[in-house]
Amino acid sequence: MKFLVCISQVPDTTTKITFTPDNKAFNSTGVQFIINPYDEMALTRALEVKEAQGGTVTVIHVGLTNADPIIRKALAIGADDAVRINAEPTDALFVAEEIAAYAKNEKYDVILTGRESIDYNSGQVMGMIAELLNIPSVAVATKLDINGTTATLEREIDGGKEVVSVNLPFAASAQKDFAEPRIPNMRGIMSARTKPLKVVEPTATVKPTVSLSFQSPPAKSACKMVDAEHPEELAKLLHTEAKAF
Amino acid sequence: MSVLVFAENWDGKFKKPSLEALTYGFELAQKTGGTVTAVVLGNNVADDELKKLGEYGCSKVLYANNPKLATLSAGTYTAAMAEAATKEGAKHIVFSHTYTGKSVAPRLAARLKAGLVAGAVALPTSTEPFVIKKKCFSGKGFTDVQVTSDIKIIALAINSHHINANNTAVTIEAFSPAIGDNDTTVNEVKKTSGKVVLTEAEIVVSAGRGMKGPENWGMIEALADVLGAATACSKPVADMGWRPHHEHVGQTGITISPNLYIAIGISGAIQHLAGISSSKIIVAINIDKEAPFFKIADYGIVGDAFQVIPKLTEAIKQVKASH
Repeated sequence: MKFLVCISQVPDTTTKITFTPDNKAFNSTGVQFIINPYDEMALTRALEVKEAQGGTVTVIHVGLTNADPIIRKALAIGADDAVRINAEPTDALFVAEEIAAYAKNEKYDVILTGRESIDYNSGQVMGMIAELLNIPSVAVATKLDINGTTATLEREIDGGKEVVSVNLPFAASAQKDFAEPRIPNMRGIMSARTKPLKVVEPTATVKPTVSLSFQSPPAKSACKMVDAEHPEELAKLLHTEAKAF
Repeated sequence: MSVLVFAENWDGKFKKPSLEALTYGFELAQKTGGTVTAVVLGNNVADDELKKLGEYGCSKVLYANNPKLATLSAGTYTAAMAEAATKEGAKHIVFSHTYTGKSVAPRLAARLKAGLVAGAVALPTSTEPFVIKKKCFSGKGFTDVQVTSDIKIIALAINSHHINANNTAVTIEAFSPAIGDNDTTVNEVKKTSGKVVLTEAEIVVSAGRGMKGPENWGMIEALADVLGAATACSKPVADMGWRPHHEHVGQTGITISPNLYIAIGISGAIQHLAGISSSKIIVAINIDKEAPFFKIADYGIVGDAFQVIPKLTEAIKQVKASH
Protein backbone atom coordinates (compact mmCIF):
# COMPACT_ATOMS: atom_id res chain seq x y z
CA MET A 1 0.00 0.00 0.00
CA LYS A 2 1.38 3.41 -0.94
CA PHE A 3 0.75 6.30 1.44
CA LEU A 4 1.40 9.95 0.73
CA VAL A 5 1.29 12.20 3.80
CA CYS A 6 1.29 15.96 3.23
CA ILE A 7 3.02 17.91 5.97
CA SER A 8 3.20 21.62 6.58
CA GLN A 9 5.49 23.66 8.77
CA VAL A 10 3.90 25.72 11.54
CA PRO A 11 5.04 27.68 14.61
CA ASP A 12 5.28 25.58 17.78
CA THR A 13 1.94 25.53 19.66
CA THR A 14 3.38 27.58 22.57
CA THR A 15 4.51 30.42 20.28
CA LYS A 16 3.36 33.93 21.10
CA ILE A 17 2.00 35.06 17.76
CA THR A 18 3.25 38.48 16.62
CA PHE A 19 3.54 40.13 13.23
CA THR A 20 6.20 42.20 11.48
CA PRO A 21 6.02 46.00 12.08
CA ASP A 22 4.30 46.53 8.70
CA ASN A 23 1.80 43.74 9.60
CA LYS A 24 2.42 42.05 6.28
CA ALA A 25 3.85 38.82 7.67
CA PHE A 26 4.16 36.57 10.68
CA ASN A 27 7.15 37.52 12.83
CA SER A 28 9.20 34.33 12.79
CA THR A 29 12.16 35.73 14.75
CA GLY A 30 13.16 33.23 17.41
CA VAL A 31 10.21 30.96 16.61
CA GLN A 32 10.58 27.20 16.75
CA PHE A 33 8.87 25.47 13.81
CA ILE A 34 7.28 22.05 13.99
CA ILE A 35 5.36 19.59 11.82
CA ASN A 36 1.72 20.67 11.95
CA PRO A 37 0.33 18.52 14.83
CA TYR A 38 -2.61 17.16 12.79
CA ASP A 39 -0.27 16.24 9.93
CA GLU A 40 1.86 14.35 12.43
CA MET A 41 -1.21 12.36 13.53
CA ALA A 42 -1.86 11.52 9.86
CA LEU A 43 1.76 10.42 9.46
CA THR A 44 1.64 8.23 12.56
CA ARG A 45 -1.53 6.44 11.46
CA ALA A 46 -0.01 5.83 8.01
CA LEU A 47 3.02 4.25 9.69
CA GLU A 48 0.83 2.08 11.94
CA VAL A 49 -1.11 0.73 8.97
CA LYS A 50 2.08 0.23 6.97
CA GLU A 51 3.68 -1.72 9.82
CA ALA A 52 0.63 -3.97 10.08
CA GLN A 53 -0.05 -4.47 6.37
CA GLY A 54 3.12 -3.54 4.48
CA GLY A 55 3.72 -0.68 2.07
CA THR A 56 5.55 2.61 1.89
CA VAL A 57 4.99 6.02 3.44
CA THR A 58 6.16 9.09 1.55
CA VAL A 59 5.93 12.58 3.04
CA ILE A 60 5.52 15.60 0.80
CA HIS A 61 5.96 19.25 1.68
CA VAL A 62 5.55 22.40 -0.39
CA GLY A 63 8.09 24.90 0.89
CA LEU A 64 11.63 26.18 0.82
CA THR A 65 14.87 24.75 2.26
CA ASN A 66 14.07 26.14 5.73
CA ALA A 67 11.56 23.29 6.09
CA ASP A 68 14.20 20.56 5.74
CA PRO A 69 14.46 20.04 9.54
CA ILE A 70 10.77 19.14 9.85
CA ILE A 71 11.01 16.89 6.79
CA ARG A 72 13.97 15.10 8.43
CA LYS A 73 11.90 14.80 11.59
CA ALA A 74 9.12 13.09 9.60
CA LEU A 75 11.73 10.68 8.22
CA ALA A 76 13.03 10.09 11.75
CA ILE A 77 9.51 9.27 12.92
CA GLY A 78 9.46 6.58 10.25
CA ALA A 79 8.53 7.82 6.76
CA ASP A 80 10.46 5.98 4.03
CA ASP A 81 11.21 8.92 1.80
CA ALA A 82 10.33 12.57 1.29
CA VAL A 83 9.57 15.04 -1.47
CA ARG A 84 9.85 18.79 -1.22
CA ILE A 85 8.23 20.97 -3.87
CA ASN A 86 10.50 23.97 -3.95
CA ALA A 87 8.03 26.87 -3.69
CA GLU A 88 6.54 29.15 -1.06
CA PRO A 89 3.20 27.74 0.11
CA THR A 90 1.18 30.96 0.07
CA ASP A 91 -2.07 29.68 -1.43
CA ALA A 92 -3.99 26.46 -0.75
CA LEU A 93 -4.98 25.76 -4.36
CA PHE A 94 -1.39 26.30 -5.49
CA VAL A 95 -0.16 23.80 -2.87
CA ALA A 96 -2.89 21.30 -3.78
CA GLU A 97 -2.12 21.55 -7.50
CA GLU A 98 1.56 20.89 -6.84
CA ILE A 99 0.85 17.86 -4.68
CA ALA A 100 -1.81 16.51 -7.05
CA ALA A 101 0.53 16.90 -10.02
CA TYR A 102 3.23 14.92 -8.21
CA ALA A 103 0.80 12.29 -6.87
CA LYS A 104 -0.77 11.67 -10.27
CA ASN A 105 2.26 9.81 -11.57
CA GLU A 106 2.98 7.92 -8.37
CA LYS A 107 -0.43 6.24 -7.95
CA TYR A 108 -0.82 6.49 -4.18
CA ASP A 109 -3.52 4.43 -2.49
CA VAL A 110 -4.01 6.80 0.42
CA ILE A 111 -3.31 10.55 0.63
CA LEU A 112 -3.46 12.05 4.11
CA THR A 113 -3.21 15.56 5.55
CA GLY A 114 -4.06 17.10 8.92
CA ARG A 115 -7.57 18.53 9.30
CA GLU A 116 -6.04 22.03 9.07
CA SER A 117 -2.72 23.73 9.65
CA ILE A 118 -2.61 25.55 12.96
CA ASP A 119 -1.35 28.74 11.27
CA TYR A 120 -3.85 29.42 8.46
CA ASN A 121 -6.61 27.13 9.84
CA SER A 122 -8.15 26.75 6.41
CA GLY A 123 -8.30 22.98 5.98
CA GLN A 124 -8.46 23.26 2.20
CA VAL A 125 -5.61 21.26 0.73
CA MET A 126 -6.92 17.70 1.25
CA GLY A 127 -10.28 18.32 -0.42
CA MET A 128 -8.61 20.18 -3.27
CA ILE A 129 -6.14 17.35 -3.95
CA ALA A 130 -9.01 14.83 -3.92
CA GLU A 131 -11.00 16.92 -6.39
CA LEU A 132 -8.01 17.37 -8.70
CA LEU A 133 -7.34 13.61 -8.66
CA ASN A 134 -11.05 12.77 -8.76
CA ILE A 135 -10.94 10.47 -5.72
CA PRO A 136 -13.18 10.28 -2.61
CA SER A 137 -12.37 12.55 0.32
CA VAL A 138 -13.19 12.27 4.01
CA ALA A 139 -12.57 15.46 5.98
CA VAL A 140 -11.90 15.72 9.73
CA ALA A 141 -11.54 11.98 10.33
CA THR A 142 -10.92 10.57 13.80
CA LYS A 143 -10.27 6.95 12.79
CA LEU A 144 -8.90 5.08 9.81
CA ASP A 145 -8.80 1.35 9.12
CA ILE A 146 -8.00 -0.29 5.82
CA ASN A 147 -9.19 -3.71 4.76
CA GLY A 148 -8.13 -4.77 1.27
CA THR A 149 -9.38 -2.16 -1.16
CA THR A 150 -11.84 -0.55 1.26
CA ALA A 151 -11.17 1.97 4.00
CA THR A 152 -13.44 2.59 6.96
CA LEU A 153 -13.22 5.97 8.62
CA GLU A 154 -14.95 7.81 11.40
CA ARG A 155 -15.50 11.50 10.73
CA GLU A 156 -16.82 14.44 12.70
CA ILE A 157 -20.24 15.78 11.81
CA ASP A 158 -22.15 18.58 13.47
CA GLY A 159 -23.46 17.02 16.66
CA GLY A 160 -21.76 13.64 16.46
CA LYS A 161 -19.73 11.27 14.35
CA GLU A 162 -20.28 9.16 11.28
CA VAL A 163 -18.69 5.88 10.26
CA VAL A 164 -18.10 5.92 6.51
CA SER A 165 -16.43 3.69 3.97
CA VAL A 166 -14.67 4.52 0.71
CA ASN A 167 -12.76 2.57 -1.89
CA LEU A 168 -9.05 3.07 -2.44
CA PRO A 169 -7.56 5.34 -3.65
CA PHE A 170 -8.89 8.13 -1.43
CA ALA A 171 -7.82 11.17 0.57
CA ALA A 172 -8.61 12.05 4.19
CA SER A 173 -7.70 14.69 6.77
CA ALA A 174 -6.81 13.75 10.34
CA GLN A 175 -8.48 15.09 13.47
CA LYS A 176 -7.42 14.37 17.04
CA ASP A 177 -7.81 10.65 17.97
CA PHE A 178 -6.54 9.61 14.51
CA ALA A 179 -3.29 8.43 16.16
CA GLU A 180 -1.01 9.28 19.05
CA PRO A 181 2.13 11.00 17.74
CA ARG A 182 5.41 9.15 18.28
CA ILE A 183 8.72 10.45 19.53
CA PRO A 184 11.48 9.47 17.10
CA ASN A 185 14.09 7.11 18.57
CA MET A 186 17.85 7.35 18.05
CA ARG A 187 17.84 4.77 15.27
CA GLY A 188 15.14 6.72 13.47
CA ILE A 189 17.07 9.97 13.82
CA MET A 190 20.27 8.36 12.50
CA SER A 191 18.57 6.70 9.54
CA ALA A 192 16.66 9.89 8.65
CA ARG A 193 19.93 11.47 7.54
CA THR A 194 20.37 8.99 4.72
CA LYS A 195 16.76 8.54 3.60
CA PRO A 196 15.97 10.09 0.22
CA LEU A 197 14.67 13.69 0.12
CA LYS A 198 13.78 14.60 -3.43
CA VAL A 199 13.45 18.27 -4.41
CA VAL A 200 11.00 19.02 -7.23
CA GLU A 201 10.55 22.38 -8.94
CA PRO A 202 6.98 23.77 -8.98
CA THR A 203 4.76 23.75 -12.06
CA ALA A 204 1.42 25.19 -10.90
CA THR A 205 0.58 28.77 -11.79
CA VAL A 206 -2.73 29.44 -10.01
CA LYS A 207 -2.71 31.52 -6.84
CA PRO A 208 -6.25 32.83 -6.34
CA THR A 209 -5.70 34.13 -2.80
CA VAL A 210 -3.08 36.21 -1.02
CA SER A 211 -2.84 37.32 2.60
CA LEU A 212 -2.38 41.10 2.51
CA SER A 213 -1.99 41.84 6.20
CA PHE A 214 -2.33 40.42 9.70
CA GLN A 215 -3.66 41.68 13.01
CA SER A 216 -3.58 40.40 16.56
CA PRO A 217 -6.96 40.06 18.27
CA PRO A 218 -8.08 43.34 19.91
CA ALA A 219 -6.72 43.78 23.44
CA LYS A 220 -9.19 42.96 26.19
CA SER A 221 -10.06 45.56 28.81
CA ALA A 222 -9.25 44.64 32.41
CA CYS A 223 -11.09 41.72 33.95
CA LYS A 224 -13.92 42.79 36.26
CA MET A 225 -13.54 40.83 39.49
CA VAL A 226 -16.52 39.63 41.51
CA ASP A 227 -16.31 38.57 45.16
CA ALA A 228 -16.42 34.77 45.58
CA GLU A 229 -18.96 35.19 48.37
CA HIS A 230 -21.39 36.87 45.99
CA PRO A 231 -21.67 34.94 42.71
CA GLU A 232 -25.14 36.50 42.29
CA GLU A 233 -23.31 39.73 41.37
CA LEU A 234 -21.79 37.86 38.43
CA ALA A 235 -25.20 36.55 37.39
CA LYS A 236 -26.52 40.14 37.39
CA LEU A 237 -23.55 41.53 35.44
CA LEU A 238 -23.82 38.80 32.82
CA HIS A 239 -27.51 39.48 32.42
CA THR A 240 -27.72 43.28 32.52
CA GLU A 241 -24.26 44.49 31.47
CA ALA A 242 -22.94 41.78 29.17
CA LYS A 243 -26.42 40.70 28.03
CA ALA A 244 -24.96 37.24 27.72
CA PHE A 245 -28.14 35.37 28.67
CA MET B 1 -25.48 37.38 -11.43
CA SER B 2 -26.35 36.04 -8.04
CA VAL B 3 -24.80 35.16 -4.74
CA LEU B 4 -25.11 31.42 -4.23
CA VAL B 5 -25.57 30.22 -0.66
CA PHE B 6 -25.25 26.59 0.34
CA ALA B 7 -28.19 26.22 2.76
CA GLU B 8 -27.28 23.11 4.68
CA ASN B 9 -30.08 21.09 6.22
CA TRP B 10 -29.91 18.63 9.08
CA ASP B 11 -32.58 15.96 8.67
CA GLY B 12 -34.66 18.43 6.69
CA LYS B 13 -34.23 21.38 9.07
CA PHE B 14 -32.22 24.58 8.60
CA LYS B 15 -30.26 25.61 11.63
CA LYS B 16 -28.35 28.64 12.79
CA PRO B 17 -25.22 28.20 10.62
CA SER B 18 -27.35 28.13 7.44
CA LEU B 19 -29.29 31.22 8.51
CA GLU B 20 -26.05 33.05 9.28
CA ALA B 21 -24.76 32.14 5.81
CA LEU B 22 -28.02 33.31 4.20
CA THR B 23 -27.98 36.64 6.05
CA TYR B 24 -24.35 37.04 5.07
CA GLY B 25 -25.17 36.20 1.45
CA PHE B 26 -27.97 38.79 1.43
CA GLU B 27 -25.70 41.52 2.78
CA LEU B 28 -22.97 40.51 0.34
CA ALA B 29 -25.43 40.74 -2.57
CA GLN B 30 -26.25 44.29 -1.49
CA LYS B 31 -22.57 45.16 -1.92
CA THR B 32 -21.91 43.22 -5.12
CA GLY B 33 -25.31 43.55 -6.79
CA GLY B 34 -27.67 40.73 -7.71
CA THR B 35 -29.91 38.45 -5.73
CA VAL B 36 -29.41 35.47 -3.46
CA THR B 37 -30.04 31.91 -4.57
CA ALA B 38 -29.98 29.22 -1.91
CA VAL B 39 -29.03 25.67 -2.84
CA VAL B 40 -30.59 22.88 -0.81
CA LEU B 41 -29.22 19.39 -1.28
CA GLY B 42 -31.16 16.70 0.51
CA ASN B 43 -34.00 14.32 0.58
CA ASN B 44 -37.60 15.07 1.58
CA VAL B 45 -37.16 18.60 2.87
CA ALA B 46 -40.64 19.97 3.61
CA ASP B 47 -41.98 22.77 1.43
CA ASP B 48 -42.63 24.97 4.48
CA GLU B 49 -39.00 24.65 5.51
CA LEU B 50 -37.84 25.66 2.02
CA LYS B 51 -40.16 28.68 1.97
CA LYS B 52 -38.71 29.81 5.31
CA LEU B 53 -35.43 30.55 3.53
CA GLY B 54 -37.13 33.53 1.87
CA GLU B 55 -37.40 35.12 5.31
CA TYR B 56 -33.61 35.43 5.32
CA GLY B 57 -33.28 37.16 1.99
CA CYS B 58 -33.05 34.60 -0.80
CA SER B 59 -35.29 35.06 -3.80
CA LYS B 60 -34.74 31.61 -5.26
CA VAL B 61 -34.22 28.18 -3.77
CA LEU B 62 -32.71 25.48 -5.94
CA TYR B 63 -33.88 22.30 -4.29
CA ALA B 64 -32.25 19.03 -5.31
CA ASN B 65 -34.40 16.28 -3.84
CA ASN B 66 -32.46 13.06 -4.30
CA PRO B 67 -31.87 10.08 -1.98
CA LYS B 68 -28.19 10.20 -2.96
CA LEU B 69 -27.96 13.58 -1.28
CA ALA B 70 -29.37 12.36 2.03
CA THR B 71 -25.84 11.58 3.22
CA LEU B 72 -22.64 13.50 2.60
CA SER B 73 -20.46 12.30 -0.23
CA ALA B 74 -18.17 15.27 -0.79
CA GLY B 75 -17.64 14.60 -4.49
CA THR B 76 -21.39 14.34 -5.16
CA TYR B 77 -22.18 17.55 -3.26
CA THR B 78 -19.36 19.30 -5.13
CA ALA B 79 -20.75 18.26 -8.51
CA ALA B 80 -24.21 19.54 -7.54
CA MET B 81 -22.87 22.86 -6.23
CA ALA B 82 -20.72 23.36 -9.34
CA GLU B 83 -23.72 22.83 -11.57
CA ALA B 84 -25.80 25.29 -9.52
CA ALA B 85 -23.00 27.87 -9.72
CA THR B 86 -22.82 27.57 -13.50
CA LYS B 87 -26.60 27.65 -13.91
CA GLU B 88 -26.90 30.83 -11.82
CA GLY B 89 -23.73 32.46 -13.17
CA ALA B 90 -22.69 32.90 -9.55
CA LYS B 91 -19.49 34.81 -8.86
CA HIS B 92 -19.80 34.54 -5.08
CA ILE B 93 -20.55 31.30 -3.24
CA VAL B 94 -21.15 31.24 0.52
CA PHE B 95 -20.89 28.22 2.83
CA SER B 96 -21.04 28.01 6.58
CA HIS B 97 -17.77 26.54 7.85
CA THR B 98 -19.52 23.49 9.31
CA TYR B 99 -18.10 19.99 8.85
CA THR B 100 -20.09 19.74 5.63
CA GLY B 101 -18.76 23.13 4.51
CA LYS B 102 -15.24 21.96 5.32
CA SER B 103 -15.82 18.85 3.20
CA VAL B 104 -17.35 20.50 0.16
CA ALA B 105 -16.01 24.08 -0.20
CA PRO B 106 -12.36 23.08 -0.88
CA ARG B 107 -13.38 20.56 -3.56
CA LEU B 108 -15.64 23.14 -5.18
CA ALA B 109 -12.81 25.69 -5.11
CA ALA B 110 -10.48 23.27 -6.89
CA ARG B 111 -13.12 22.43 -9.46
CA LEU B 112 -14.01 26.07 -10.22
CA LYS B 113 -10.40 27.31 -9.82
CA ALA B 114 -11.81 29.69 -7.25
CA GLY B 115 -10.14 31.32 -4.28
CA LEU B 116 -11.62 30.14 -0.99
CA VAL B 117 -11.58 32.12 2.25
CA ALA B 118 -12.15 29.49 4.93
CA GLY B 119 -13.18 30.77 8.34
CA ALA B 120 -14.22 34.26 7.19
CA VAL B 121 -15.44 36.44 10.07
CA ALA B 122 -16.90 39.48 8.30
CA LEU B 123 -18.28 40.88 5.08
CA PRO B 124 -15.61 41.96 2.57
CA THR B 125 -13.85 45.16 3.63
CA SER B 126 -13.73 46.01 -0.07
CA THR B 127 -15.17 44.31 -3.14
CA GLU B 128 -12.71 45.81 -5.67
CA PRO B 129 -10.23 44.38 -4.83
CA PHE B 130 -12.11 41.65 -2.99
CA VAL B 131 -10.72 41.45 0.54
CA ILE B 132 -12.13 39.45 3.47
CA LYS B 133 -10.95 39.05 7.04
CA LYS B 134 -10.48 35.56 8.38
CA LYS B 135 -9.20 33.92 11.53
CA CYS B 136 -5.69 32.51 11.59
CA PHE B 137 -3.13 31.14 14.04
CA SER B 138 -5.92 29.28 15.86
CA GLY B 139 -7.62 32.41 17.17
CA LYS B 140 -4.36 34.24 17.89
CA GLY B 141 -4.64 36.44 14.82
CA PHE B 142 -6.64 37.65 11.84
CA THR B 143 -5.59 38.10 8.25
CA ASP B 144 -7.06 40.08 5.36
CA VAL B 145 -7.19 37.81 2.36
CA GLN B 146 -7.49 39.11 -1.17
CA VAL B 147 -9.24 36.84 -3.64
CA THR B 148 -8.22 37.42 -7.24
CA SER B 149 -10.11 34.65 -9.05
CA ASP B 150 -13.29 35.34 -11.05
CA ILE B 151 -15.37 33.10 -8.75
CA LYS B 152 -14.94 33.64 -5.02
CA ILE B 153 -15.93 31.19 -2.29
CA ILE B 154 -16.45 32.18 1.33
CA ALA B 155 -16.79 29.69 4.19
CA LEU B 156 -18.18 31.72 7.06
CA ALA B 157 -17.01 30.85 10.58
CA ILE B 158 -19.90 29.63 12.73
CA ASN B 159 -21.25 32.23 15.21
CA SER B 160 -19.40 35.07 13.50
CA HIS B 161 -22.30 36.73 11.67
CA HIS B 162 -25.73 37.88 12.87
CA ILE B 163 -29.02 36.52 11.58
CA ASN B 164 -31.47 39.08 10.18
CA ALA B 165 -34.94 38.71 8.79
CA ASN B 166 -34.94 40.03 5.21
CA ASN B 167 -38.36 38.97 3.99
CA THR B 168 -38.14 38.25 0.28
CA ALA B 169 -40.57 36.75 -2.18
CA VAL B 170 -39.09 33.35 -2.87
CA THR B 171 -39.58 30.81 -5.64
CA ILE B 172 -38.74 27.17 -5.07
CA GLU B 173 -37.25 25.55 -8.14
CA ALA B 174 -36.67 21.83 -8.53
CA PHE B 175 -33.04 21.25 -9.36
CA SER B 176 -31.79 17.98 -10.86
CA PRO B 177 -28.00 18.11 -11.04
CA ALA B 178 -26.22 15.40 -13.00
CA ILE B 179 -24.60 13.46 -10.20
CA GLY B 180 -22.93 10.09 -10.32
CA ASP B 181 -22.91 7.41 -7.64
CA ASN B 182 -21.83 8.37 -4.15
CA ASP B 183 -18.20 7.52 -3.48
CA THR B 184 -18.63 7.65 0.31
CA THR B 185 -20.99 5.27 2.07
CA VAL B 186 -22.30 6.24 5.49
CA ASN B 187 -22.56 3.07 7.60
CA GLU B 188 -23.49 4.51 10.96
CA VAL B 189 -24.36 7.85 12.53
CA LYS B 190 -23.42 8.38 16.18
CA LYS B 191 -25.31 11.42 17.42
CA THR B 192 -24.30 13.10 20.64
CA SER B 193 -27.91 13.01 21.68
CA GLY B 194 -29.95 15.61 23.51
CA LYS B 195 -27.03 17.97 24.08
CA VAL B 196 -26.39 21.43 22.70
CA VAL B 197 -23.89 21.12 19.83
CA LEU B 198 -20.60 22.59 21.02
CA THR B 199 -19.54 24.33 17.81
CA GLU B 200 -22.91 26.07 17.46
CA ALA B 201 -23.55 26.85 21.12
CA GLU B 202 -24.24 30.46 22.16
CA ILE B 203 -23.04 29.68 25.68
CA VAL B 204 -20.36 27.20 26.69
CA VAL B 205 -19.55 26.07 30.22
CA SER B 206 -16.09 24.58 30.31
CA ALA B 207 -14.13 23.03 33.13
CA GLY B 208 -10.62 21.79 33.79
CA ARG B 209 -8.41 19.97 36.25
CA GLY B 210 -9.62 22.25 39.05
CA MET B 211 -12.72 20.03 39.20
CA LYS B 212 -10.50 17.31 40.73
CA GLY B 213 -12.33 14.36 39.15
CA PRO B 214 -15.02 13.32 36.65
CA GLU B 215 -17.47 12.65 39.49
CA ASN B 216 -17.69 16.41 40.13
CA TRP B 217 -19.07 17.32 36.71
CA GLY B 218 -22.66 17.29 37.93
CA MET B 219 -22.47 20.94 38.97
CA ILE B 220 -20.92 21.87 35.60
CA GLU B 221 -23.79 20.19 33.79
CA ALA B 222 -26.32 21.82 36.13
CA LEU B 223 -24.89 25.26 35.32
CA ALA B 224 -24.90 24.43 31.60
CA ASP B 225 -28.50 23.25 31.82
CA VAL B 226 -29.80 26.45 33.38
CA LEU B 227 -28.00 28.49 30.70
CA GLY B 228 -28.97 26.20 27.82
CA ALA B 229 -25.24 25.84 27.27
CA ALA B 230 -22.97 23.18 25.82
CA THR B 231 -20.28 21.69 28.04
CA ALA B 232 -16.60 21.65 27.13
CA CYS B 233 -13.30 20.83 28.81
CA SER B 234 -9.56 21.45 28.74
CA LYS B 235 -7.01 19.12 27.15
CA PRO B 236 -5.69 17.47 30.35
CA VAL B 237 -9.25 16.59 31.35
CA ALA B 238 -9.88 14.90 28.00
CA ASP B 239 -6.46 13.22 28.06
CA MET B 240 -7.17 11.75 31.50
CA GLY B 241 -10.47 10.43 30.23
CA TRP B 242 -12.58 12.49 32.62
CA ARG B 243 -14.52 13.84 29.67
CA PRO B 244 -14.86 12.72 26.03
CA HIS B 245 -12.38 14.11 23.51
CA HIS B 246 -15.10 15.79 21.47
CA GLU B 247 -15.51 18.25 24.36
CA HIS B 248 -11.85 19.30 24.27
CA VAL B 249 -11.49 22.93 23.19
CA GLY B 250 -8.10 24.44 22.41
CA GLN B 251 -5.37 24.51 19.84
CA THR B 252 -5.49 20.77 19.12
CA GLY B 253 -9.17 20.41 19.99
CA ILE B 254 -12.19 22.32 18.81
CA THR B 255 -12.12 26.06 18.18
CA ILE B 256 -15.29 27.82 19.26
CA SER B 257 -16.57 31.39 19.39
CA PRO B 258 -19.68 31.47 21.57
CA ASN B 259 -21.24 34.64 22.97
CA LEU B 260 -20.38 33.54 26.49
CA TYR B 261 -17.57 31.21 27.58
CA ILE B 262 -17.35 30.27 31.25
CA ALA B 263 -14.04 28.65 32.23
CA ILE B 264 -14.04 26.87 35.56
CA GLY B 265 -10.86 25.52 37.11
CA ILE B 266 -8.90 26.02 33.88
CA SER B 267 -5.65 27.96 34.29
CA GLY B 268 -5.63 29.32 30.73
CA ALA B 269 -2.59 27.86 28.96
CA ILE B 270 -1.91 29.54 25.61
CA GLN B 271 -2.99 26.38 23.75
CA HIS B 272 -6.36 26.44 25.49
CA LEU B 273 -6.89 30.16 24.89
CA ALA B 274 -6.24 29.60 21.18
CA GLY B 275 -9.45 27.62 20.97
CA ILE B 276 -11.70 30.11 22.74
CA SER B 277 -10.17 33.57 22.40
CA SER B 278 -12.75 34.75 19.88
CA SER B 279 -15.58 34.21 22.37
CA LYS B 280 -17.44 37.48 22.90
CA ILE B 281 -17.64 37.40 26.72
CA ILE B 282 -15.23 35.30 28.78
CA VAL B 283 -15.73 34.44 32.46
CA ALA B 284 -12.96 32.81 34.49
CA ILE B 285 -13.54 31.12 37.83
CA ASN B 286 -10.37 29.87 39.45
CA ILE B 287 -8.97 29.39 42.92
CA ASP B 288 -5.58 30.75 41.79
CA LYS B 289 -5.65 34.53 41.40
CA GLU B 290 -2.52 34.31 39.20
CA ALA B 291 -4.27 32.05 36.64
CA PRO B 292 -3.49 33.43 33.13
CA PHE B 293 -7.18 33.19 32.27
CA PHE B 294 -7.89 36.35 34.28
CA LYS B 295 -5.70 38.31 31.83
CA ILE B 296 -8.07 37.69 28.96
CA ALA B 297 -11.37 37.29 30.84
CA ASP B 298 -14.05 39.98 30.99
CA TYR B 299 -15.35 38.82 34.37
CA GLY B 300 -13.62 36.77 37.04
CA ILE B 301 -14.11 35.18 40.41
CA VAL B 302 -11.16 34.05 42.52
CA GLY B 303 -12.64 31.27 44.57
CA ASP B 304 -13.36 27.62 45.11
CA ALA B 305 -15.48 26.31 42.23
CA PHE B 306 -17.17 23.84 44.56
CA GLN B 307 -18.53 26.77 46.60
CA VAL B 308 -19.08 29.26 43.77
CA ILE B 309 -20.72 27.16 41.04
CA PRO B 310 -23.83 25.95 42.93
CA LYS B 311 -24.47 29.53 44.13
CA LEU B 312 -23.94 30.94 40.64
CA THR B 313 -26.31 28.36 39.16
CA GLU B 314 -28.98 29.26 41.68
CA ALA B 315 -28.48 33.00 41.07
CA ILE B 316 -28.79 32.59 37.29
CA LYS B 317 -31.94 30.55 37.79
CA GLN B 318 -33.41 33.42 39.81
CA VAL B 319 -32.42 36.10 37.31
CA LYS B 320 -34.00 34.02 34.55
CA ALA B 321 -37.15 33.46 36.57
CA SER B 322 -37.59 37.18 37.28
CA HIS B 323 -37.26 38.32 33.62
